[in-house]
Amino acid sequence: MTLGMSLGVALVGLEGRLVNVDVDIADGLPGYTLLGLPDTALTESRDRVRSALVNSQENWPNRKVTVSLSPAWLPKSGPGFDLPIAIALLSAQQSIPMEHSESVLYLGELALDGQIRAVRGVLPSLIAGYKAGIKSAVVPYANRLEAQLMVEMTIIPMRNLSELLRWLRTNEREEEQELPLVHDEPQGGDDFSDVAGQERARFAAEIAAVGGHHLLLIGPPGAGKTMIAQRLPSVLPPLSRDEVLEVTAIHSIAGGLTTRSPLASCAPFVAPHHTATRVAMVGGGGHYIRPGACSLAHRGVLFVDEAPECGVGVLDSLRQPLESGSITIARSIGSVTYPANFLLVLAANPCPCGNFSGRGRNCICTSIQVRRYLGKLSGPLMDRIDMRVEVEPLNRVELTQSNLGESSATIRSRVIAARAIAAERFKKYPWKLNAEISSRSLRIEFRLEKEAMNFLHNELDHEHISARGLHKVMRTSWSIADLALHPRPTLADTVKAYEMREGLNV
Amino acid sequence: MEHIRNKSSNNKSTGVFGEEAVAQFLLARGASILDRNWRVKEGEIDIVARLTDGVIAFVEVKTRSSSAFGHPLDAITREKASRLQRLALGWLATHRCLGADYRIDCVAVLIAASGTHTIEYRANVL
Repeated sequence: MTLGMSLGVALVGLEGRLVNVDVDIADGLPGYTLLGLPDTALTESRDRVRSALVNSQENWPNRKVTVSLSPAWLPKSGPGFDLPIAIALLSAQQSIPMEHSESVLYLGELALDGQIRAVRGVLPSLIAGYKAGIKSAVVPYANRLEAQLMVEMTIIPMRNLSELLRWLRTNEREEEQELPLVHDEPQGGDDFSDVAGQERARFAAEIAAVGGHHLLLIGPPGAGKTMIAQRLPSVLPPLSRDEVLEVTAIHSIAGGLTTRSPLASCAPFVAPHHTATRVAMVGGGGHYIRPGACSLAHRGVLFVDEAPECGVGVLDSLRQPLESGSITIARSIGSVTYPANFLLVLAANPCPCGNFSGRGRNCICTSIQVRRYLGKLSGPLMDRIDMRVEVEPLNRVELTQSNLGESSATIRSRVIAARAIAAERFKKYPWKLNAEISSRSLRIEFRLEKEAMNFLHNELDHEHISARGLHKVMRTSWSIADLALHPRPTLADTVKAYEMREGLNV
Repeated sequence: MEHIRNKSSNNKSTGVFGEEAVAQFLLARGASILDRNWRVKEGEIDIVARLTDGVIAFVEVKTRSSSAFGHPLDAITREKASRLQRLALGWLATHRCLGADYRIDCVAVLIAASGTHTIEYRANVL
């Protein structure tokens, strides 16, 4: 028989689909045909597979080789099919036993010398294979950490083709010892104790961490906006295993796991530059749709510094993910949905020169310039921001006092405790964070204390606050109450939340 | 200069040896040789043979004394294959037998250092 087969995975977004790689070796002039909508990188697999086989002392058939990747209608991309093609070719030549062909998933790019190189999207590929009933997978050694997250499957990391073929032929391989899931603590570098003063902004950051509320920091250059935002992940609770899977899958698709450990349990922090395009922000691309910054920040913090300097529409493209927690990108090759449940932190100067704060004495901008500057942040976007906090320039006393502020670890333990209270309260509901309470439930189960509601309704009557704003304030009140260990938000909690949202006229 | 001439004549005799070997191979299987080295401006057909079932086979022979430069049949590119096709039709037209059943075969002859040779016959390759 000159037919061989093996299994690979084609990814469209985070969704994977099992692909049968069939190889037929027929008499005829030497040739190689690859069927099944391959992209350029995949078409080039021919030369990589050929060299890898020959340099691993295997036989390359000098006959007419037809490789078919089915389902044929599904566009396939990337070099990850090198390994399944090589295995199918060898099984067509009967040089390896067929028993593994239909039960093992193969992922990997081949180098010309037969090394198996890392590929993108290993974790989502494995998840797809597992859902299709595959129990074991051969992955590149360099991707082994990421693959190990898939504890339900037998993962066989391989460095090169010869090692893999030895295993297929003799069932012998060097046993890898499993690496423990290392939950690296984010405290390593940045700590909140570095931030001098800024009590109000620190408090806002803590509330944001408890309830997942979006935050706008306004202040002159050098006051510490960026410092506070960068330290926000250090007070967020560690991700659960399911969340690590989600986050690692997205980063794996984007090919960004070089900077983030696949086993990292700290919340991701993504800070796109203000010149980022809409596609960079929400995702997109030609024949393969990349996740954007807002998906990379899933379960973590998306920080946009100098927000008013962003291009027209870039920040507003975040409105959909802010609302739904996911982003759907439609392109000619299909539409892809990536999760995008992030905590948005915007930072802005109060005016183009940056000094219009306090008494605004050093500001050289005209009043129109000042008004226009923050006006660049659109109303609908600002309406989705729960807290707008002014970060005042530091004075001498704050900067020189020797007792540091609270450390990230202290704040984090309070945040974890407050989140536990919220989780207990939300046991019967589909959400976990205060920011996610549905407006329906806010009116029924999660009302505030009576005086607090009266206060808010009063503000609504005077048109000081919109209906959406009222709900936002209620949600923030719950986070403040959880921190203060109040069973239900009191008037004081609510006034604090109201000031955080409406105190600054932006 | 001497060296180059030698080499070229070597290659030529290698080719002739291979073609002769394939002709003997075909005769041994009951085919009759209709033509050898039929040459026109566009190229050459190595062997034309009528097989036992009446099909006319146009045979391209590639002879190598080492496979260091790849398999002999790798030397037959798509372009060369379509030229073989045109040549075959040309031969049929010249000999007034257009419409006859025909096929194109490619043969690799590999001569080992010991002087023995192997024939790899691929029938009906186009």
